[in-house]
Amino acid sequence: MEGKKKKRKISNLSLFCYVGLLPTMLLYVLFRIIPIFDTLRLSLYSWSVLATKNRFIGFDNFSKLFKDKIFITSLVNTTLFTILVVLFSFVLSLALAIMLNNRKMGRFSAVYQLIYFLPVVTPMVPVAVMWKWIYDPQYGLLNYFLSLFGIPSQAWLIYPNLALYAIVIMSVWKIIGYYMVIFLVGLKNIPKDYYDAASIDGAVEWQVFRYITLPSLRPILLYVLVVATIQTYNVFTQVYVMTSDIQGAPGRLVRVLVYDIYENGFRYFKMGYAAAESVILLLIVLILTVFEFRLIGKED
Amino acid sequence: MVLILGSILMVIPFVWMFVTSIKPSIEVLSWPPSFIPKSPTLENYRTVFRTAPFLRYFLNTFLISTISTLSILFTSSLSGFIFAKHRFAGRNVLFLVMLTTAMIPLETYMISLYILINKFGWINTYQGVVAPILVMSFGVFFMRQSILSIPDELLDAARIDGSSEWRIYTTIILPLSRSALGALAIFSYMSAWAFFIWPLIVINDRNLYTMELGLTMFQKRFTVDYGLISAGSIIAVLPILIIFLILQKNIIEGIAITGLKG
Repeated sequence: MEGKKKKRKISNLSLFCYVGLLPTMLLYVLFRIIPIFDTLRLSLYSWSVLATKNRFIGFDNFSKLFKDKIFITSLVNTTLFTILVVLFSFVLSLALAIMLNNRKMGRFSAVYQLIYFLPVVTPMVPVAVMWKWIYDPQYGLLNYFLSLFGIPSQAWLIYPNLALYAIVIMSVWKIIGYYMVIFLVGLKNIPKDYYDAASIDGAVEWQVFRYITLPSLRPILLYVLVVATIQTYNVFTQVYVMTSDIQGAPGRLVRVLVYDIYENGFRYFKMGYAAAESVILLLIVLILTVFEFRLIGKED
Repeated sequence: MVLILGSILMVIPFVWMFVTSIKPSIEVLSWPPSFIPKSPTLENYRTVFRTAPFLRYFLNTFLISTISTLSILFTSSLSGFIFAKHRFAGRNVLFLVMLTTAMIPLETYMISLYILINKFGWINTYQGVVAPILVMSFGVFFMRQSILSIPDELLDAARIDGSSEWRIYTTIILPLSRSALGALAIFSYMSAWAFFIWPLIVINDRNLYTMELGLTMFQKRFTVDYGLISAGSIIAVLPILIIFLILQKNIIEGIAITGLKG
């Protein structure tokens, strides 16, 4: 009797577990797992929503991709963009966080946090729209400021070589408040004793940073680094809003990977081809993730 | 000093957008640009509301973000509870699956997702837009992490009193996870509000445009009329900035916590 009752209770418990997980898993499998695997399959097909015949073509999409100049440009641009944005936003937000963590800041710290966080809460589209106006070649605010220093007007978003850097600047501007706040929490968690001990030992500021702050922040730094890299690698919105009127330009120098996937998939309906591009994007993201687990794994 | 300079750089674009939005179109294109409009006007705002249904866009975004957030809060807290406090066959496998796919962004599988949603006939529907943001694997980890710190004794005591697991979830787990749920709500609301590429793909019916999509299309239509575009942007930004200024501390902390515990 006793044993039977216990057994029933256990099966009731696992029933609760499976039923409870059902909605999550269902949504997860349907709208994520299946599309991920389907992307892999699709990349081996010549596939279009419009075509009547979709056929298996093996790795043809991939070999075509590596001969596709626009794809290569996108890949290079995205990588360059990611390196620049992650590097600058990291250094700047860490510097800001250290400045704000200073005890002398008192309640000013909260005010600064608020101001630097403004761009973070503002969605990307209005931000991109307003920067497009700032970058305007004729009447833009940026060119006005430069003219005060005697620098001639630049066609920021028109001239493709400059466009990438212009988008880097606004992307850094948008994100530093976010990393700053995360770093600030990390900095607050470093025990004060460490700093006291360092000042007794007569450590100079740079040494304190190098031997106390940086090692204590390591896990956070690594986490933010990888999340930032993945997010930045998927850049799309600001490129779409700010440059879609010059995407037809020869060379398409501001094209990024997700933009190219979007164009191939939803403008030319070459879905198999776009899927192959997605697979490469997926591989890059996966490699970065594995890299992250390696680094953080080492720490534990 | 550096901080002040930086703050000015952070705020200038907003100020500039506002100033532009209240200038008549001749003054927008004056050189050198003026920071204080000579003849301020609300004409741009009037024109915006006359030409594009921004209120409708706002309600669409509001609806989508609310559904997404509620669904994420429910699925994350319930699965977080199960993963944190229960043992059952297949638990580790399921958790591992979520873990490994957590970092895969929508952009990498949107082509196939589009084909699937198309098969469902969900193009140009709310359910089509919201489908990929009903669960968040990060939310599940986050809630699991937070629920792990609730003592088992509390749950066992309730079980001895004859509470069902569902009752434990609603009467113990949820109330005790309030702050974590709040942080997650802010995080998911913000991401849903800024959601862009997916609505761009699945929505082409003007009545279903989100705020972000509506502003993009508005911008495309009036490429050179910066007074109008700025007014549109201000309309898009204002509700968020107001909410941010009211809840500032909660939002900054919530985002920092969710950012840290991933």
